[in-house]
Amino acid sequence: MELKELTLKKALNLLDEGKLSSKELCTLTLEQIKKYDPLVKAFLYVNEEWVLKQAEEADKKRKEGKRGLLTGIPLSIKDNILIKGHPTTCASKILANYIAPYDATVIERLKSQGVVFIGKTNMDEFAMGSSTENSGFFPTRNPWDLERVPGGSSGGSAVSVALRMGLGSLGSDTGGSIRQPAAFCGVVGMKPTYGLVSRFGLVAFASSLDQIGPFGLTVEDTALLLQAIAGNDPKDSTSAEIEIPNYLEFIENNLNTTFKIGLPKEYFSYDIDPEITKYLEKTIEILKKRHTMVEISLPHTKYAVATYYIIAPAEASSNLARYDGVKYGFRAEAKSLLEMYKKSRGLGFGKEVKRRIMLGTYALSAGYYDAYYLKASKVRTLIKEDFEKAFKEVDLILTPTTPTPPFRLGEKISDPLQMYLSDIFTIPVNLAGLPALSLPVGLTTDNLPVGVQIIGPQFKDELVLALAYQIEKDLSLKFIPPILKD
Amino acid sequence: MPITPDEVKKIAHLARLEFSEEELLAYTEELSKILDYFQELQEVDTSTIAPTFHPYKKKTPFREDEVETFENIEGLLKIAPELKDTLIVVPKVVKAP
Repeated sequence: MELKELTLKKALNLLDEGKLSSKELCTLTLEQIKKYDPLVKAFLYVNEEWVLKQAEEADKKRKEGKRGLLTGIPLSIKDNILIKGHPTTCASKILANYIAPYDATVIERLKSQGVVFIGKTNMDEFAMGSSTENSGFFPTRNPWDLERVPGGSSGGSAVSVALRMGLGSLGSDTGGSIRQPAAFCGVVGMKPTYGLVSRFGLVAFASSLDQIGPFGLTVEDTALLLQAIAGNDPKDSTSAEIEIPNYLEFIENNLNTTFKIGLPKEYFSYDIDPEITKYLEKTIEILKKRHTMVEISLPHTKYAVATYYIIAPAEASSNLARYDGVKYGFRAEAKSLLEMYKKSRGLGFGKEVKRRIMLGTYALSAGYYDAYYLKASKVRTLIKEDFEKAFKEVDLILTPTTPTPPFRLGEKISDPLQMYLSDIFTIPVNLAGLPALSLPVGLTTDNLPVGVQIIGPQFKDELVLALAYQIEKDLSLKFIPPILKD
Repeated sequence: MPITPDEVKKIAHLARLEFSEEELLAYTEELSKILDYFQELQEVDTSTIAPTFHPYKKKTPFREDEVETFENIEGLLKIAPELKDTLIVVPKVVKAP
């Protein structure tokens, strides 16, 4: 059996038919990691013994007839989600020695569904970045071109799925951190509606924007993963109490449903790479056959980046105050408590994290609060209202996921503002708390993946999946990085 | 330049971050550029707009105030930088009289 031909759903069928055991599947996955991870460096932690133990357990459960939704399936997890007894570093030196004392709610849920955790994936430190170059340990490389970035912050997760080092992954998305790397690596990535998935046990970056979400090779795989993690959690006070539909059933039943799809003119007037435009137009052509396409306006789009880069750092500066060298994490030698705080944080955090803590502290400080944080929070209202108005008119919105294909390592790292601007199409969704998904739709002439983004109304995650499933079926493409073909 | 090295120093103190002189100058320049960019928000009229601090409004959920013992106290202590029995040691906070 060839891993590159496998999807999560196909693997489940083989496991159900007894043609494959979880131990065999996970052994293959570990071999895949040994072969490809030295090239791309997607993982921060892989524990073979633990993987095989979980796989044996899953096989045993299956034999006893106790099959969960995902029993025996190997998944990778972004290293800002806590798995009890294993490291969670957020790719930061300040948490290099941190062993999670408890499970995140999503991990508890995946455990109860029989998932095998194969490892923790690399990321931009504390999820702050768009290229995974801000990892405190090493950068991750794009499997389609090793000289290019995989996107970020969940770069390791996207790469692990693209190279079949696990049949799916969980990442987190604060301003595009699932969708942008998914687009750059040719996989499906979804940011659910804010409140659909519990954030308990996700290391907090910006609490009003963060959301855990799945990466999959296909829309079906992504829907299955979302099914396993969605739902109310009393441990997260922002978790919604809503009925969770059967996503797989929903997308099957809506294969021929027609939608009214909005194309926001502000996104299309942006400076977009012609190869991205080409595939976007191709996607629109396909959609036109069944759906009604209308031009809409989201007039405050141009303010989204500035709004986000005030609000997210403001929340981060407060959330990251807990890393003080006292109870856990890196502690620098110092004579006084104040010196210990300053040294531990000064040495423990990387450049970008410190930059954002500084920005956030400034935006919240006396005399500047009104001009920055409060102003941005008001503009956030306008951005949210733009979407609310649009969704009175249309069912879903289609945009590019990124303005460009994956950029080169080092290309933007020395210019933070350029890096921030690369998030222009994904950020508004987080500010408004909406569900959105990136779907791979083609390859550039340089053989680099291109993604489109589907945005839905609040808590209409199933609609987003349904349209993605339709496009995926129509295009009928496979995204296998060339290095897997050798 | 919207921000001076002295202001950066002050913010660094508020954020409890230690910087070298070199870092201080680099951050001054970078933060100035970013803050300049933020100025574009000033052109938006928000005089009648209420702020959004959270994308999803929900009533604060209440629960009974019952004590639950965390089952992995050992795991919490194990990750502390310095321990004396079950207490976490920190540098002296108060000065001797």
